[in-house]
Amino acid sequence: MLNIIVCVKAVPDPKEACNIKIDPHSKTLMRCDVPLVVNPLDKNAMEAALQLKEQFDVHISVLSMGPPEAGNIVKECLALGADQGFLLCDPAFGGADAYATAFTLAKGIEKIGAYDVIICGMASSDGSTEWVGPEIAAILNIPVVTMVKEIVESDRDRWKVKASLENGYRLMQVKLPAVFTVTRDLNTPRTLSFSGIIKARTKEITRWAISDLGVPAEAVGLKGSPTIVSELSSTESKREAEIIAGTREEKAEFLVQKLADVGVL
Amino acid sequence: MENSQGSVWVLAEQIDCQILGVSFQLIGQARKLADELGTSVESVLLGDHIQEQARLLIAAGADKVYLGNSPQLEFYQPEIYCEMIVNLARERQPAIMLIGSTFMGRELAPLVAARLQTGLTAHCIDLVLDENKILDAKIPAYGGLLSIMCPQKRPQMATVAQGVFPKPELDETRTGEIIPLDVPVDISRRIQTLEVVREATDGVALESAPVVVAGGAGAGDPEGWSKIADLARALNAALGSTRPAVDEGWADLETMIGQSGKVVSPELYIGVGLSGEQQHMVGINNAQVMVAINNDAKSPVFEQVDYGIVDDCREFVPALIKKIKEYQEKKVTC
Ligand SMILES: Cc1cc2nc3c(=O)[nH]c(=O)nc-3n(C[C@H](O)[C@H](O)[C@H](O)COP(=O)(O)OP(=O)(O)OC[C@H]3O[C@@H](n4cnc5c(N)ncnc54)[C@H](O)[C@@H]3O)c2cc1C
Ligand SMILES: Nc1ncnc2c1ncn2[C@@H]1O[C@H](COP(=O)(O)O)[C@@H](O)[C@H]1O
Repeated sequence: MLNIIVCVKAVPDPKEACNIKIDPHSKTLMRCDVPLVVNPLDKNAMEAALQLKEQFDVHISVLSMGPPEAGNIVKECLALGADQGFLLCDPAFGGADAYATAFTLAKGIEKIGAYDVIICGMASSDGSTEWVGPEIAAILNIPVVTMVKEIVESDRDRWKVKASLENGYRLMQVKLPAVFTVTRDLNTPRTLSFSGIIKARTKEITRWAISDLGVPAEAVGLKGSPTIVSELSSTESKREAEIIAGTREEKAEFLVQKLADVGVL
Repeated sequence: MENSQGSVWVLAEQIDCQILGVSFQLIGQARKLADELGTSVESVLLGDHIQEQARLLIAAGADKVYLGNSPQLEFYQPEIYCEMIVNLARERQPAIMLIGSTFMGRELAPLVAARLQTGLTAHCIDLVLDENKILDAKIPAYGGLLSIMCPQKRPQMATVAQGVFPKPELDETRTGEIIPLDVPVDISRRIQTLEVVREATDGVALESAPVVVAGGAGAGDPEGWSKIADLARALNAALGSTRPAVDEGWADLETMIGQSGKVVSPELYIGVGLSGEQQHMVGINNAQVMVAINNDAKSPVFEQVDYGIVDDCREFVPALIKKIKEYQEKKVTC
């Protein structure tokens, strides 16, 4: 049996993310009213696990750290076909930067116990650091390949993958257990099926708080974060557009002339 | 710590024995920070047959280059690279460590940061020192700029995209020290780069293109996108994109302009069907002329460009291509 852990993050729906503002006092994000969804690239991570499950004897655990509402996205992954769901949920986990997030997830992974493959998205749509996957690997002291776009060989204890690189790719050979972060190129995520939703009803989500992980409060959340967000300053635009008027033809003609005048045509 | 104020480090990168532009740009910025801190600039360069190249880092402003020069280091090998850098950083205790937001940098930086249990700011668009001489790394967010700092842990780490900082003048007369590094022998070999394949790219390279046409969500569908691509072709421009265009699958991730994508400095930038979000606009550094095409007269993009066209891009772009072709034909005949 191959044990796969997929890390999924609940993110504010990217389609409505423009409503998110910084709280002027706490300097953290106010995500009010924007619904939480599965981070888009984590759907590719889920899909990779599900495709392996179709070929081999695979057990998929879904792991997320987030607010209680993030339980819904874990549930969604169970409906997609994951076997078990884990939510790391505690006020103490709040305000975590990439390092504190990776540390907490790594503790969750150690508590889950059996793992051969850990799959993350390349980046989250809100934090978008790309750090969490590789930092989990460093903390667990296992190898990582970031930006995987093709799984070439998935033997029981050794994988070969192609990962994106400037104008190309690198072919990597990795001994398991290992972490992989995946790009959009890897696959096309499936959508929820009705039967999946029904099956997921009986699947339980395990919720762990800080006491379950047995870590000190200083190691997680805001307190465990080496980085702080210190101020939000506004930026001023140095330009103001001259809006070109007229019919479509005239506008196009005028623009071409302008571009010619400044010497870029 | 041997020096109360550790030095400023740049993890340089080479591909095919050529040091990347972003590494030089970071040396330039590191020089400024180090001068303000009263400390030195040090760089780590790993590769094979790169002895000569190491001198260029000194010419760009480094005082010391730690050079790993071995066939084992020819390609980026995560375990060896990480181990060498972590060991050296533990010994030398740098105050700041900067890395290019390249594919290698984006994997290596978090590996090093987590091993050193320190903070790492992603894809900064400026690096300054605050009044306490703490690194203030700026990133765009929610309509403004956020300052991310790492007040306690060292080194303070950040990644920066190519094009954010200018390339410093190379001064061949500068002197500095090149210190050879040994490749550790007892490294676990759990991961190996078997092969690196570079594919020829079609179209104009974004980084150096004088004209950039960028498309956004307003393209609407693949057909709308193909019209924007046609515009780029007509202008012999590089085609750039915003994140939604990448998410929709119209554009390649490598064409994305902005904070987590590329930073470009073209002579002309034309933004089509995009809203002028900070995270995208920080990717256009000092373009001479900027144009936006958007069907919403109130779009914030019009506060950030020189010329605005309020129109449906799906209709306007073909009309514009026609006029451009007419102009180009006239130019040839007269
Ligand atoms: C941490 C982080 C990092 C990010 N990094 C990047 C990055 O590097 N690069 C990047 O691009 N984004 C990045 N983003 C996303 C960024 O915040 C914006 O969501 C994105 O740039 C918006 O893209 P857009 O302008 O194409 O889409 P939208 O904001 O949806 O704008 C679409 C625009 O098209 C116009 N439009 C619609 N239909 C038409 C039509 N028919 N004709 C003409 N105009 C039309 C609309 O009026 C609107 O203004 C990042 C986000 C986060 C949180
Ligand atoms: N809070 C979280 N819970 C579970 N997984 C996470 C969390 N944050 C980040 N990840 C994983 O790390 C990846 C990269 O996130 P980031 O470093 O924020 O860009 C995501 O695609 C997820 O797979």
